[in-house]
Amino acid sequence: MSKVEFNKETGPREVFCGLTSIVWLHRRMPDAFFLVVGSRTCAHLIQSAAGVMIFAEPRFGTAILEEKDLAGLADAHEELDRVVNDLIARRPEIKTLFLVGSCPSEVIKLDLATVAEKLNKRFLGQVRFVNYSGSGIETTFTQGEDGALKALIPLMESSNEQKLLLVGTLANNVEDRFKKIFRNLGISNIESFPPRQSTKLPKIGKNTKVLLTQPYLSDTVRDLKHRGCEIISAPFPLGIEGSTKWFLAAAKAFKIRELKVHEIITPLIKRAELALDSHKEILKGKRLFLLPESQLEISLARFLHNECEMDLIEVGTPYLNKDLMKEEINLLPDNTKIVEGQHVEKQLDRVRKSNPDLVVCGMGLANPLEAEGISTKWSIEMVFSPIHGIDQAADLAGLFSKPLKRNQILTSKTLVTH
Amino acid sequence: MELTLWTYEGPPHVGAMRIASSMKDIHYVLHAPQGDTYADLLFTMIERRGQRPPVTYTTFQARDLGGDTAELVKKNIKEAVERFKPKTLLVGESCTAELIQDQPGALAKGMGFDMPIVNLELPAYSKKENWGASETFYQLTRTLLKEKVSSSDKINPLRWRELGRRPKVNILGPSLLGFRCRDDVIEIQRILSEQGIDTNVVAPLGASPDDIERLIDAEINICLYQEIAEASCEWLKRNFGMEYTNTIPIGIKNTIEFINEVHKKLDLPLTNKEELENKSKLPWYSKSVDSNYLTGKRVFIFGDGTHAIAAAKIAKEELGFEVVGLGTYSREMARQVRATAKDLNVEALITNNYLEVEDAMKKAAPELVLGTQMERHSAKRLGIPCSVISTPMHVQDVPARYSPQMGWEGANVIFDDWVHPLMMGLEEHLIDMFKHDFEFVDGHQSHLGHTATNTNNILNSDEKKEKNSKEGIIWTESGRAELTKVPFFVRGKVKTNTEKYAILRGIPEISDETLYDAKAYFS
Repeated sequence: MSKVEFNKETGPREVFCGLTSIVWLHRRMPDAFFLVVGSRTCAHLIQSAAGVMIFAEPRFGTAILEEKDLAGLADAHEELDRVVNDLIARRPEIKTLFLVGSCPSEVIKLDLATVAEKLNKRFLGQVRFVNYSGSGIETTFTQGEDGALKALIPLMESSNEQKLLLVGTLANNVEDRFKKIFRNLGISNIESFPPRQSTKLPKIGKNTKVLLTQPYLSDTVRDLKHRGCEIISAPFPLGIEGSTKWFLAAAKAFKIRELKVHEIITPLIKRAELALDSHKEILKGKRLFLLPESQLEISLARFLHNECEMDLIEVGTPYLNKDLMKEEINLLPDNTKIVEGQHVEKQLDRVRKSNPDLVVCGMGLANPLEAEGISTKWSIEMVFSPIHGIDQAADLAGLFSKPLKRNQILTSKTLVTH
Repeated sequence: MELTLWTYEGPPHVGAMRIASSMKDIHYVLHAPQGDTYADLLFTMIERRGQRPPVTYTTFQARDLGGDTAELVKKNIKEAVERFKPKTLLVGESCTAELIQDQPGALAKGMGFDMPIVNLELPAYSKKENWGASETFYQLTRTLLKEKVSSSDKINPLRWRELGRRPKVNILGPSLLGFRCRDDVIEIQRILSEQGIDTNVVAPLGASPDDIERLIDAEINICLYQEIAEASCEWLKRNFGMEYTNTIPIGIKNTIEFINEVHKKLDLPLTNKEELENKSKLPWYSKSVDSNYLTGKRVFIFGDGTHAIAAAKIAKEELGFEVVGLGTYSREMARQVRATAKDLNVEALITNNYLEVEDAMKKAAPELVLGTQMERHSAKRLGIPCSVISTPMHVQDVPARYSPQMGWEGANVIFDDWVHPLMMGLEEHLIDMFKHDFEFVDGHQSHLGHTATNTNNILNSDEKKEKNSKEGIIWTESGRAELTKVPFFVRGKVKTNTEKYAILRGIPEISDETLYDAKAYFS
């Protein structure tokens, strides 16, 4: 392991909670509905994070707790029952309904598991109910997906069939590319979790080899292990290096010769390197500060340093699972400063003091930093854009080079911003 | 429990944030879990603010709940005060913190600070954003001025004469994330200044706690947005005798009425109405012949109370539209909206459910929708032109150019913004004349071509659905053929009216003749 410097920090945070992940999960599984049991704040958060719903009726909503629900718990269960009935009557096409716990529902200890169990009996054969928590007191941003996937595992049937299981939401086009490459490598049985249809869950068992596409799935990994799945240890498929090692790790698990992998991906690598060059020119030698949010920060830091030659000032991460991130941390340059957790004020002091060329941060902080003359990239874009794989390496680099390029074009530094 | 897919208003603490972020030298410590910081992006992204909202989130986690969250509150208050040195501190809680009852306001007051502390109790499970903003502004005003209550005589609105200066007023209510507040303030100040009236304080937008303490240097208050400022205006009236205005100066008539109301309260001579009317181009533009085609255009209005009521009046009296729907999500203003709707012979829609609004919109078959950003989306789906007149809004509703809603320039902006989505008069006339030309593409809609296809799709899909409607009405070949000859922009209305007529008369099959019968019946 490289000599990475680990630090921890606590204090006020500027991050999304796990509910935010509904924004991409509901798109991945269009036959599912996400019902948050929470407050007006939860409803407002999701619609603000998602921008404006441009479709007639979104496949997510909030059962907003009101004063009378807080008075007695039995009441709240009945009320939730009523809301679910209304919802299913209105949207008969829903196949899976996720009951999503929130900060207030956790604090009042609303037992969504029992509710889900009862509803499962009543709507047997029509709608399946699962529950998980996306609350901010327990989860950060992308961790919501971890909860949702973990909740689906008990519904997955067992099978000893040999297969490669890609775990973590991917953009559909990226998923298709990956599957094609794996088939070319000679792995024919490939499935994805979450699937594109909530009812078509992959079967799993001791011959399932799990390859993670996203670094935020600690609990899902643990439960998949319990079901006998083998977890392939690899860095994450961001950038050429990460993706190459990711393919190699999968090939090794399937006893495919390394040479074969190189044979297939070398042309892709050559093409990607060519595409990466123009971005590298802009990013090279530039100093990068990553604030914690999406949990992709460590993989991004590795890519931006190793392949784009950026200098890393500080790599923030909301939480650190050293086991899951082992392969990534090994690839980081010596003396990388990783900071787990956040004290947003102190961290911003360090940002200003270190005079970075680019800061990766949340949307709440981006414009204020720009107003101080610091270029930024919002982290939420990483979870909405197809950035995985060798073919996407240049696009990924482009997300970071664009603000710098723009900064070169627009030279005025002292702007009145209100 | 209320099923909500999308909400017009955020929780009340977001209203408090709007007040805090609008002002200077204020800091808000919010007892809240991780994730509630999402609200920052409303200000930094929608309003493109270059500063973070002055808010410290205590960020408690599940593991803190068993321990001492009160200590966490105190630690955050201490750090925030040291770092930001506010002149006034707001302390409150979001929905989750309300449940754990740490009483952060009381804790803050026990910490021995010199500055005024406002303890905000905003019930998250029964109230919403605008109420929270109003309550925060009221509590802040009260906290900063309550010591001056007993020592002050009631303010005589005519005292400016004795003092030998121009009369002074406060402009209360404009805030961040309000609709075009920044520009409304400039416009209103300009109008008042032309009338020889000075602005004492604008609050909360741009004000500091010191400015709030100076509110009583003015003779009267201008209540610019009732949703935010009425409670404070009422308190200032009760305790200092300060009169406040009720007229919202949106539209020509209301702006003139507003000026006269201010003059009356300050005992200034009333102004010449004709001279005032010519300060905006709206009256002449509306009278010019090209605007003939605006007559009777069916308009559907939904928004906050202030903007919806004003829009209804302008639509009917200043542009000659027909208001076919009026509603608001502001329950606080439901009574006034209902009264306005009654005058217009429509039933007011008071709801927080945008799908109900969309349904009502569909039924009313309007030619123009005036609403929030959500109505813009609904109208787009239905292929109806739309202009945004109220929050909640999108980043594009915070334009770079000067574009108030209030006063003379506001009326100009409104004329342009409402009329542009429609077809221009001459253009509409020509399209109607040439619609049977073989080159004419059905659904051609001049510069708005893209929405036309939507219109047809909606009508077609509606037709399919309604073929087997429960009334069992059938459109015959001749009826259908005649319907396609009707200009597309009124086809929906003609179709609805004809069916209505058929049901009324018990006619099972609609022929071309039925269409004409219905036309005669409804004209």
